[in-house]
This record gives sequence, C-alpha cells and structure tokens, in this order.
Amino acid sequence: MTNTRVLSLNNLSKRFGSVVANDAVSIELHRGEVLALLGENGAGKTTLMNMLFGHYLPDGGSIDVADESGDMRPLTLGHPQAALEAGIGMVHQHFTLAENLTVLDSILLGSESLLAWRHKRKAARAKVGRIMQRTGLTVGLDEQIGKLTVGERQRVEILKALYHDARILVLDEPTAVLTPQEADTLFENIGAMTKDGLSVIFISHKLREVLAFSHRISVLRHGKLVGEIATSDADERVIARMMVGADTPTTPREAMAPGAPVLALKTTTVKGDSARTSLHAVDLTIHAHEIVGIAGVSGNGQSALARLVSGLATPDSGELLISGKPIHRFTPPVMQKAGVGRIPEDRHHDGIIGAMSVAENLVIERLRDSDVQKYGFLQQNSIRSHAQDLCKDYDVRGPGIDADARLLSGGNIQKLILARVFECMPDLILANQPTRGLDMGAAAEVARRLLEARARGAGVLLISEDLDEVLALSDRIIVIHDGQLHEAHTNDREAIGLMMAGEQA
Amino acid sequence: MIRIEPRDAPSRWWTIGVPVASALIALLLAAIPLMAAGANVFEAYAQMAKGIFGSKFAFTEMLTRATPLIFTGLAATMAFRAKLWNIGAEGQLYLGAMAAVVVGTGLIDAPSIILIPIILLAGAAAGAAGMAGPTYLKTRFGADEVVTTLLLNFIILIFLQMMLEGPLKDPMGMGWPQSEPIVDNAILPQLMPRMRIHSGLIIALVAAGVAHVMLSKSVWGFKLRAVGENAAAALHAGIGVKRTMMSAAIVSGGLAGIAGVSEVAGLRGYLTTDLSPGFGYTGIVVAMLAGLSPIGVVISAIFIASVFVGADTMSRAMGVSSYLADLVVALSLICVLIGGFIARYRITRTNKGGQ
Repeated sequence: MTNTRVLSLNNLSKRFGSVVANDAVSIELHRGEVLALLGENGAGKTTLMNMLFGHYLPDGGSIDVADESGDMRPLTLGHPQAALEAGIGMVHQHFTLAENLTVLDSILLGSESLLAWRHKRKAARAKVGRIMQRTGLTVGLDEQIGKLTVGERQRVEILKALYHDARILVLDEPTAVLTPQEADTLFENIGAMTKDGLSVIFISHKLREVLAFSHRISVLRHGKLVGEIATSDADERVIARMMVGADTPTTPREAMAPGAPVLALKTTTVKGDSARTSLHAVDLTIHAHEIVGIAGVSGNGQSALARLVSGLATPDSGELLISGKPIHRFTPPVMQKAGVGRIPEDRHHDGIIGAMSVAENLVIERLRDSDVQKYGFLQQNSIRSHAQDLCKDYDVRGPGIDADARLLSGGNIQKLILARVFECMPDLILANQPTRGLDMGAAAEVARRLLEARARGAGVLLISEDLDEVLALSDRIIVIHDGQLHEAHTNDREAIGLMMAGEQA
Repeated sequence: MIRIEPRDAPSRWWTIGVPVASALIALLLAAIPLMAAGANVFEAYAQMAKGIFGSKFAFTEMLTRATPLIFTGLAATMAFRAKLWNIGAEGQLYLGAMAAVVVGTGLIDAPSIILIPIILLAGAAAGAAGMAGPTYLKTRFGADEVVTTLLLNFIILIFLQMMLEGPLKDPMGMGWPQSEPIVDNAILPQLMPRMRIHSGLIIALVAAGVAHVMLSKSVWGFKLRAVGENAAAALHAGIGVKRTMMSAAIVSGGLAGIAGVSEVAGLRGYLTTDLSPGFGYTGIVVAMLAGLSPIGVVISAIFIASVFVGADTMSRAMGVSSYLADLVVALSLICVLIGGFIARYRITRTNKGGQ
C-alpha cells in the first residue's frame, strides 16, 4: 500500500425528502488499498456508493478521482458514464447480468458499439484471459450466465469492471450471497488485484471478514461518518461499538409487571424461499404490559416473523396463540379480529393506499363496522367526521382528510397508520421498523404511543434494525439471526451487536 | 439533463382539460392527412359535423353507435379500476349476444316485461363467465389476463362461426351464417318512430349511473379501488384481493355481455359474425379517454361515436377514406396518454451534471 490518493469523497450529502441518507461524508481511498465501509442497514453505505457511481446526484459535496497519471480530477456527478470513464467499477448486491448471454458477451456488453463488436471479440478474449490470469478470477468464457453459480456470476461482474479498466472497484455486500468458501476465494482474488494497483471499497456488515481482509475501516451511522480506523488497530468490540453508537437516548418509562401472554409462538416454523422469509422452530412469548424488541441485521427472518403475525404467512409447523387462543387460519382479517394491530415495515407499500384519501385510509381495516357502512354503502359523513377526530388526536398534518394519502410526509403517514391501529385497542401490536426514516419528532411520537399502549395493557412486538430504539423501548430484547431467536439477557450493546452478527448464540 | 418528477396533485382542471384538449388536438392533427388527400379541411369538418348534428336521423344514428361503446367502455373501466386488464370485451360481447339468441329466439315464451330482463341477464351471465375464467387463471396460477382475454376473443369468434353454421343457424336464412331472428317480445323497444335508436341507450345510461354510484359510494367500490391502486396494502388491510378481482371481472364481463344483447335485441334482430366492428376494443379507448370514470365513459363514447358516424358522412361527401375515423380515434388515445402523463408529471430541465 502506497500513499497515493486515488479517490476522495468530499462532504457528500444526500437527503430523500426529510430523511438524511448521507450527511457531509468524506472518505479517501489510496492506491492498492482495501477499504471496508461498515454500518448497520440504513446507515447510508449504499447511498454513498450510488453517488460515487453516478446513480444519485448528491445534494452537496464533490468527488475527485485520480486519472491514469495520478492527478486528481473532479468527477462529473450524477452520470454513471462519467464514473465508468474515470475508472470506477461497481458490483451491485443484486447482479445485473442477462441469463441468456455467454460470459464473454456479458463482459463486452455495453463496452463497445454493437457494430464493431464482432471484430474485437478476439482481442477482447485475449484481454479477459490476461485479467483472469493475473487475478485468479477464472470462469469459462463461453458458458451461459444462466448456468453459472452465484459465485461465478459475481466473478463475471468483477471481470466486467476490470475489463472496463476499473482502477477503483466498489463491491456492495459481496459475500451476502456467497458460501464461506466462495467468500474466502473472493478475498484471495481481491488480494491479488490490489497488488496490481487496484483499489477496492467493499460494503459489509460482517465484522469477521472486514477484520480479516481490509486495510482500513470507515464506519457510517445514521448517514454520518462516525469513525475511521486502521484494521490493524481494530477488533470486533471496537467496531461493534462504532457501528451501534454509544449514546443511549432515554425515554421515560415506568417498570411494569407483565400480565397474561398475548402472543405465544410454540416451535413455529415458516419455510420461506430464503433466510429472509424463514423462521426455524422459534419460541416466543409476549405478555400484556410488555414490549419485546427483536434486534437483528435485516434479512435474518424478521419479515417472516412479521408476515406470520400479520396473517400474511402460514406456519409450516408449530403453533401460534393470540391471547391464549390458537390461530388456525392465517389471514389479515383473522388476526385483526383476534386483536392484533399491525404497523407494517414498508408503510408506503403495505400501509396506505396512496391514491385514496386520508379518510378512506383511516377506515380501510374497518369496512364491516356499522359506522363505516350501511347496507354496503359507505357512510361518508361519519367516515369524514371520524377522520377529522383521528387526525386531530394523532396530529396527522397534511392537505386535509379528502386529499390523497400519498401527499402526506412519511411521519404523517406513520401517524395515520398509528391512528388506525391504536383506535381499535389491539391486545398485541406488531410494530415493524416503526420509526425507520422518520424525523426525531415523529419517532418520539411513535415511541410515546407504543409506551402508552403498553401501559394500557397491550403487548408489543417491536421489530427494529435500530438497536438504539430497541434498547430504549424494550422490556426484553431478543436477537434474531438466521431465522432463529435468541434471548439477550443483557442490555450491553456490544454483546447484542455481536449476537446480531451471529458471533455467539 | 431533463428530469421527470411527479406532480403533487393533478388538479381537477387537468382531469377534465386533458381529455378535452386531447380530442381537439387529435382533430387538428387529423387535418394533416385530410390535406394530403387533397380535401378542403374546413369543408371536410363541416361535413363531419353535419353527419352528426345535421339531422335528427344523423344525431340518433350517432347515439345508436354510442350505445354499445358505453357498455364496453364501462366494462373496461370496471376491470381496469381493479388493475384487471380485460382486453376480451369483444369476445364477451359475442358471448352475451349468443346467450340472447339462445334464450330469445323461441326457447322461452313470455311477455316483454319478463323476456327482456331474462335475455339481459343471460347475456350478462355469459359475458361474466367469459371474464371469470381468465380471472380465475390469473388469481390461481398467475396467468397474464392480457394474453388470455385477448386470445379468447379469437376463440369465441370462431366458436360463434361454428354455432352459426350449426346449431344456431337460421333454417330460413337462405344458407347465410346467421341466427334465427329474436322473437318480438324480446326486442328492446325503439325510442323514436322510424329511427334505429333503441332503449339499449337508456339501459347503458342507467348502467353508467349505477357504476358511478357503486364505484364511489359502496364498500364494494372502495375495495375495488383499493385493490386496483395498491393490492399489497389492500391485502395487508384485510381486503380479499382475489375475491374483489373476481367480482370486478364478473361485472366487467357482464357489461360487455349486455353490449352484445343490446346490439342483437335492440338493433339487428339476429346474430351474425359482423355484429361488432370492434366495439370491445374501442371500449378500451373509450375508457382510457374517460380517465376510467363511468360518467366520463358516456361522454367519450359519444365523442368516439360522433367521430365514426361523422367520418362516414365526410368520406361519402368528400371522397376521402372513412378510415380517417380510426385515425382520429387512435390520435385521441395517444394524445390522452401523453396528456395524462403531463398531468401527472412535471418535466424540468436541469443543468447537465448540475446540482
């Protein structure tokens, strides 16, 4: 590793609506260096890399990239083509290869004009061959992409970037889809490439591989760069603390004796297509007057748990009891009737119907109730006055109850959902990422309402990737990892952070 | 660099202004081929207007032509509002017409007051069945209803030919492939003496009114809109998405079926394979032009019928091709689609790579 700079991100900022995804982030990269970009989900890693690659236009800041002779030049922002020409290659988490092309065609695709293509294949084949020899990234050039393993496809993506003369390679969670053996091979190859002068940024939240294979670690939290450390000075504890933060926000809450169980899972298994959608024989009990926080890195089974309790997934084995009564049919109306209030993870996609009015969205779960309809016709007056009252009680602000719900801000959409859920006085509340993307005020309001429901006697299943939130609100914390639940008998964030990374069960 | 961003809220002015402006622009654009054909544009349009408003007969002819378009336009509207892409109204129309012929050519002998509702119901049921099948395949197996309903149109038309050469063939028809005539008691009453305009129009207007009320004021309409606008959220909220889709399919197919009944029992009196010059397909244009509003469907059906009837007159008087009508209709649709896009999105220019 030499000390020549090849890339510097200067005070990059990006906000989406009211959400600050990146707040004046500055990062430097040197020739031949492997930089690990670390952070929890939603910390802003991918946004930062998308700005580097021109997918997003930053709201502020600039990027300088070294040209072939090593002089730093400003990069035209917001243009992927400019990033490619400057020698930046990106391998996305989800590959972008066409299944029916051969490996060689995939590598060439987009690099030459279609007319000239035929003539250059021989030279291209030789060039790719040389790259494979140098880096050890081997794959049959005439194979069809569709027949390759995931690891081989990733190699094709990297080869493609190198074929485009990338001097800086960005890998977005490269090992997320790889087996441990494939991951080891990948990092050996990366090692070989950096000896050639290539610089690599890889995004990850796996502490072990970051420590084993990077030279330097930059940690993002809530869109801000919170730490940079040479890998040789770091250990898992240090990084875990940087990732989850050390500041504990305090929410006033009184101790309460848990009441009767409102939710019980008994060796419940949900078989999904992937870890994201699976639960393996989990046991979980939530009592009245209790908030149980599920902490974990996203994609470890949270969505399966949420779908199960929402009535959108049916367990393959095991039992689910609501307030002591077993549930046999798993549909949203059955769960509503049993007394489950549901705050969905993706409030825009699952929570509201954007093209319908605020008033209509407030009654969408109560279409059978007599104040909403008579003889199959909507009671507009009572729906509207009901909406006026709820919007006042829950401080839903926007262009009015007759306006489309999509016109509300994220925080007000969440308040609308809270109003709809809490109005029905549910015994169990599923709060899935209830404050994601909300500003402080709206987030505090959500927390207050959840604590209020707990005081009233509801049980709350709080699923969150924000460990601070889990720590602040939960009576008990359970870590979800790989579709399994492990009770954390501690409030120590470092210990929980390690459990989230699957380091110790 | 040009950026496209959604507008906050398309105003009421836009929702009415866009279709009207589109229709006018389409008529303007149609002047180009008219001029190319060597016709005097002003006189051509004057002839067209005469063909629509020139006489009581012309006007009632236009309304007669609009009648099936209101039904098929409503059929498309009710399905499309649930994001169910029913491209099969043409086939469902013929299913409805066949049912009307089966029931209405002597199978049942009853007074008009009973027989007319019976053939309407039979036609609606046949059309509904024609849409229920593809919808079941969609909700159960994920089969794309655009493909299934479109292809069913051809299957139904060939089935109709088979029936008209076989069981439904009129023995008195001199060998022509046509059905027996509808019995007098099943004929929809005329609205005016010596004019072809018939009470199918009244039924169509009532259907549009009912569709409007059901869509905006009933729980069923609420569910249908919810499923159409965001099926994931509707499902999460506990709305039976598949059931709602099936009910939209039945209503949509039923309306298309009634279009067939209305044409057979109101206008022609017997069934042939040229009963519909593409009313099912034109209904899609009618619905899109109307912004999927049942009341708008009435207006846009009248507009499109005017274009067709007017263009007929124009082509006879001016010696230009009556295909110009198709051109105007197609141009209106394109203009509406572009206009709808402009109403929903704002197009802004930013400096290249600027911030």
